[in-house]
Amino acid sequence: MPRPLTLKDHFLEYRLFTNRAIILLVFCSMLLIVLFSRLLYLQVIEHEHYITLSEDNRVKLQAIAPNRGLIYDRNGILLAENLPSFRLEITPEQVDDMASTLEALEEIIHISDVDRSRFERLRARKPRFEAIPLRFHLDDAEVARFSVNRHRFPGVEIQAGLSRHYPLGSLGVHVLGYVGRIDEQALKELDTSNYSGTTHIGKIGIEKTYEDVLHGKVGVQHVETTAQGRVLRVLRRTPPVPGNNLYLTLDSRLQAAAEQAFGDFSGSAIALDPRTGDVLAMVSQPTYDPNPFVNGIEFDAYNALRDDEKEPLFNRALRGQYPPGSTVKPFIGLAGLEQGITGSKSTTYCPGFYTLQGSSRKYRDWKRTGHGTVNLNTAITQSCDVYFYDLALSLGIDRMHDYLVHFSFGRRTGIDIVGELPGLMPSPAWKRQRRGEPWFPGETIITGIGQGFFLTTPLQLATSTAALANNGQIIQPKVVHAEQTAGSGELLPHQPRIGETITIKNQHHWDEVIQSMIDVVHGARGTARRIGEDSPYRIAGKTGTAQVYGLKQEEKYDAESIEEKLRDHSLFIAFAPAGEPRIAIAVIVENGGSGGAVAAPIARTIMDAWLVDNPA
Amino acid sequence: MSTAFSRRGEDASRRGWQYRLHLDAPLLLALIGVSGLGLMVLYSAGGEDTSLLVRQLIRLAIAFATMFAVAQVSPRLLVRITPWAFATGILLLLAVLIGGEISGGAQRWLNLYVVRFQPSEMMKLAVPMMVAWYLADARLPPNRFQLIAGGILIAVPMLLIAKQPDLGTALLIASSGFFVLFLAGLQWRLLAFLTAVAAAGAPLLWHFMHEYQRQRVLTFLSPEKDPLGTGYHIIQSKIAIGSGGLLGKGWLNGTQSQLDFLPERSTDFIFAVLGEEFGLLGVALLFTFYVIIVIRGVLIAVQAQDTYTRLLAGSLAMTFFVYVIVNTGMVTGLLPVVGLPLPMISYGGTSIVTLMAGFGILMSIQTHRKLLPT
Repeated sequence: MPRPLTLKDHFLEYRLFTNRAIILLVFCSMLLIVLFSRLLYLQVIEHEHYITLSEDNRVKLQAIAPNRGLIYDRNGILLAENLPSFRLEITPEQVDDMASTLEALEEIIHISDVDRSRFERLRARKPRFEAIPLRFHLDDAEVARFSVNRHRFPGVEIQAGLSRHYPLGSLGVHVLGYVGRIDEQALKELDTSNYSGTTHIGKIGIEKTYEDVLHGKVGVQHVETTAQGRVLRVLRRTPPVPGNNLYLTLDSRLQAAAEQAFGDFSGSAIALDPRTGDVLAMVSQPTYDPNPFVNGIEFDAYNALRDDEKEPLFNRALRGQYPPGSTVKPFIGLAGLEQGITGSKSTTYCPGFYTLQGSSRKYRDWKRTGHGTVNLNTAITQSCDVYFYDLALSLGIDRMHDYLVHFSFGRRTGIDIVGELPGLMPSPAWKRQRRGEPWFPGETIITGIGQGFFLTTPLQLATSTAALANNGQIIQPKVVHAEQTAGSGELLPHQPRIGETITIKNQHHWDEVIQSMIDVVHGARGTARRIGEDSPYRIAGKTGTAQVYGLKQEEKYDAESIEEKLRDHSLFIAFAPAGEPRIAIAVIVENGGSGGAVAAPIARTIMDAWLVDNPA
Repeated sequence: MSTAFSRRGEDASRRGWQYRLHLDAPLLLALIGVSGLGLMVLYSAGGEDTSLLVRQLIRLAIAFATMFAVAQVSPRLLVRITPWAFATGILLLLAVLIGGEISGGAQRWLNLYVVRFQPSEMMKLAVPMMVAWYLADARLPPNRFQLIAGGILIAVPMLLIAKQPDLGTALLIASSGFFVLFLAGLQWRLLAFLTAVAAAGAPLLWHFMHEYQRQRVLTFLSPEKDPLGTGYHIIQSKIAIGSGGLLGKGWLNGTQSQLDFLPERSTDFIFAVLGEEFGLLGVALLFTFYVIIVIRGVLIAVQAQDTYTRLLAGSLAMTFFVYVIVNTGMVTGLLPVVGLPLPMISYGGTSIVTLMAGFGILMSIQTHRKLLPT
């Protein structure tokens, strides 16, 4: 190899090299100083910070859902419970051949296409060590079949959880309501930390109203996890606090009797204890089974319920607004007496119709031949319309409105179930504001017999009846009798909520009206005399028949020729035993026809179930 | 070979076992120390997997055997094979680019049917050898022509490797060549000029970078911007090291490493496991070994008796240091993520064999010296 002919100065080159080597070592030392400063910063100065970060990495918080409080009726019969519910889970990393495992599982457990596609969807998304649900709510037979074959399925497990269950099914569903999965809308309003482990929430009824009481407080466990989220061990645990139990005022036996009394009719009945406001029974017919709603009702089943012409999902007791019809007559009569417009001796002649002065329009009495000369007692007993047309006109709409409002007509009763509607007690002020129209005298007349704009809910009617029974004391109805703390079992009673006291100008007026109501049932010509004949206790009641369909002036009402949907509603209000009332009732039977024939017998059945079996 | 030396009148026996076996005791002890510490950390990082440990032990055994074998090769023979080794290396790199196997998105492997071979590993030694060989007979400091020629000798293999793409190895090879030039007396003015050119060329380099390489640089600049993506490695390794503190969480007790939060914890990020479980103290111990190795290497270079061995030994020692500092700098978040293992500690790779072959060369240089008349 040709080399340039240069002489090498070995000593100089050695010195040059040594210099350079020293320079490099100095440079290396500087780099080491930088590195160790960095390590000092990370490991000493910022040590605490990184310790926190590493703990945050390692320790995850897991929410433990509290057990939901149970719901009992007033006698301790279970209405809502938490049943163990079994679901089948597969941990993919422990399964060698998923396809054949699923195939073999299908032979012993029903797996729908929906189950399968949900499973595949979750499997694609979740880490392989995480158990993925394949089926929910296995029945006992499936659990048993799987348990026997368990050795064939490594990685497949049955997990027990709790699921809300309503053992009495549809009974009292409009009071109880139900829980369902937390949906996006509910999520927005929730205390997300307290609900972090919870899957279900009260949707309607008591379950919704008392959600805070029933839910309880979430528990927390600190677990050590890997980066992928696999739980290694529990480090610390704060147990959840279960929700409180509720004892309802409802008597499930009475409720069953009341629901049964309706037969195939749609409608509503409320039974209150007038002394406490306890709701003893609250019927809204037809009913439905809440259990399928808990874990998501199937589409078809829900559509069938929703599209049912009888509207089983509609809570008639709280939200059904009906014309009260003749059931308002005792209240109007009382208003007339107390305001000095009429007296017990004043009479009116009923020719079967009523006309306003200077008008040809005839306001018909239900009895086309007329009642002849009637006083307040006979007018209530026989439900003479003409008497009340005349009285209403004399009272005027304002006085009528102001008096009836005290009985909670047109106002929410304040019951402890969400969703109550207020009904409508019409007034000229209301009509001007809402419709922009003046009030006509004819509207005053028909308000006197509970028609026209006048609307009440069954609950309202029952509350007003209870006030009548209570000598003017309004008591808010309530469905929860007591709360029971889950831990100590201590009972915290819900006291009666006393409302307004209606001023009584003359006790005789009340006695007279109540006597008229007793005569409705027990009098020889009372419209509900059929239920009074064999009654072991005395009942004060009033029938009502509310028009659904407006008859033309000369048209005759003929139940047979009118479509069932347009037939009159049948109403009845009552309390018993008269003198010492322990139950106040309002019954509305949709398209039932006359009040005395349909609604009154239902009320009697309910009263019997309560009074005969619960002697004072 | 020892007969060759005996013929020249060297009395190996008089100078003890190190010269008979061509081993260097301080270097050997420090290397064994690092390997021992490395095996301990690896056992923890690998989740107490003994089979992993056994595979690493076999690899270490091969590496130490290679070192021992290379140490027997006299520097005179090394000089003779240098140009051939370099030329072969270049040809193999070209072969890789044309028909190499793709692994992990990069062409680095040449399948020789018996073994899969990474020519770039060979170049880690061949490049400094070649540059040292070229300058061996020159009058130092080198003149401009010699520097340009040396620069070409470095640039060609570097670009071929960078094209694979293997930026880490390319940088290591470039620095090993650079160290030879620097130790040979590269003029400071020229160095300043090269630095300026490099600074100006940085945007150009950016232009030629692969997307993932750019991403790494961006991530390095602000890892918190992408905490779940590319920044995750750095964030987790900083947490691991920082939470280790002064004394560490204890062997096998590092939560970051044991619970999978630390990625690549057996390979490129194993330093973080050491930092977490043994703390600053453990890191200091490791660096004690590393510093002994580097200083011993530089001393061997200073004592070397001719320009070729001197330049080669110096470059090998300094390149080893670069290896260490690039990996630890990356794991502590001081440098961007470059895929370089922590020498002697990280699991796997043929690099450990190359590294030990390099130490074999150092030992050979040290133990094949002629006795100078006192």
